[in-house]
Amino acid sequence: MDLQFIEIIPKTGPLFWGALYTIFVGLLACGLGIAVGTALLLMRNSRFWLVRKFVGIYGSFIRGTPALVQILVFYYALAPLSGINVGPLTAGVMAVGFNSGAYVAEILRGGLTRIPKGQWEAAEALGLARHKIWFKIILPQVFNSVIPLLVNEFTMVIKITPLLSTITVVELTRASQMLYNETFRPVEVLLLAALIYFVICFSVSQYGEYLQRRSMKYRL
Amino acid sequence: METGQDIAVEPARAEDKTMVDIRGMNKWYGTFQVLTDINLSVRSGEKIVICGPSGSGKSTLIRCINRLEEHQEGDIIVDGIPLTEDVKNIDQIRSEVGMCFQQFNLFPHLTVMENCLLAPMSVRRTSRAEAKRLAQRYLEKVQIPDQADKYPSQLSGGQQQRVAIARALCMQPRIMLFDEPTSALDPEMIGEVLDTMAELAREGMTMICVTHEMGFARKVADRVVFMDQGRIVEEGDPVSFFNHPQNERTKKFLKQILQH
Repeated sequence: MDLQFIEIIPKTGPLFWGALYTIFVGLLACGLGIAVGTALLLMRNSRFWLVRKFVGIYGSFIRGTPALVQILVFYYALAPLSGINVGPLTAGVMAVGFNSGAYVAEILRGGLTRIPKGQWEAAEALGLARHKIWFKIILPQVFNSVIPLLVNEFTMVIKITPLLSTITVVELTRASQMLYNETFRPVEVLLLAALIYFVICFSVSQYGEYLQRRSMKYRL
Repeated sequence: METGQDIAVEPARAEDKTMVDIRGMNKWYGTFQVLTDINLSVRSGEKIVICGPSGSGKSTLIRCINRLEEHQEGDIIVDGIPLTEDVKNIDQIRSEVGMCFQQFNLFPHLTVMENCLLAPMSVRRTSRAEAKRLAQRYLEKVQIPDQADKYPSQLSGGQQQRVAIARALCMQPRIMLFDEPTSALDPEMIGEVLDTMAELAREGMTMICVTHEMGFARKVADRVVFMDQGRIVEEGDPVSFFNHPQNERTKKFLKQILQH
């Protein structure tokens, strides 16, 4: 089989726009994932039984259903249920973000168990209010301790964004499909797309390693 | 001459107020009683050393004073504020009571300076400049002003404990609690921490120290309290406590600890 990359290269403009869109969607979804994950962690430590229970149910529901189905549900059900007309981008980012949030919450829960009780006691003895203890003392240390796991989760987020092509979000995968339908060169186009995905994920993990090294100095 | 001095001292004594007053306090972990009928009154400026065998409830007792542990019966009054379920009272007491821990418990993700700034700025709402000035002053007092931009993990154990003391002092507490502050330290670092504490004592801080450092107790304490099995068994000034202990358990403990 002979690959015609030279012939394809001049027409790959849409692929790079798709890649940018994937990065854009990925960043939003990761941001939402961190917010949702943090909220779930705090809710898990709530004094109300019902709130703690909800976190458990949410987690098993997200982990027990396919991401594609979650995305479709968000796309088709969100507008009729909420009355707000959301576009595919918003629905997609929310679906991926809320999905990722469940996993982020699990990761953070693991990190929380590594924080010594003395950190709480020292902060309480200084008179810090509970929310300040969480946001200034505990959460920064929890995040520091789980950097590698979070980075892994973010590469997972990048890798489920292709599912958004099913709800007409023109990210990298959808852009590739459109390009090879036009050029009839699916193998070349998809190999290029795979390379771009790899570069994105590799950059994310390299950045994670940098953060990890940097956080070393403030660990006891 | 001597009588003149006495007269000068007397009015100050009359002003002495009770900083910590514990009356008839009982505490249980489940059905196990850890503290039984604790009565302890600490005057302003007084230095108390609490000692006793491990598991005797010393740490639990001082942790009740700032509500790191809850007591079930009896009264604890700190600087006139009764320690109750009321969060307002607890917050108020905690802002007046500083504490140092066996494991230092510095915040590892913050620099030495940030460790010292956090509580004054977010609890007392002190301005950054003012908090920084205070922190600088107390870091100088504990003799580590040049380490302000380091992280705790870059310091020795003794330095970390001294930072912990400075961090507590930045809240300008009226009472300091020390929970075995030298027990986790290498022997060569114990001296520097005890010196810092002795210096603090000289300046008139009200201090309650749980420690096994009997030399420190002899030199610094106004009163030594001996605890065993959750009770205060004996208390007295260091001279009579060490030279003429009354209780059998105290005698046995002192014999064990002073032999080495």
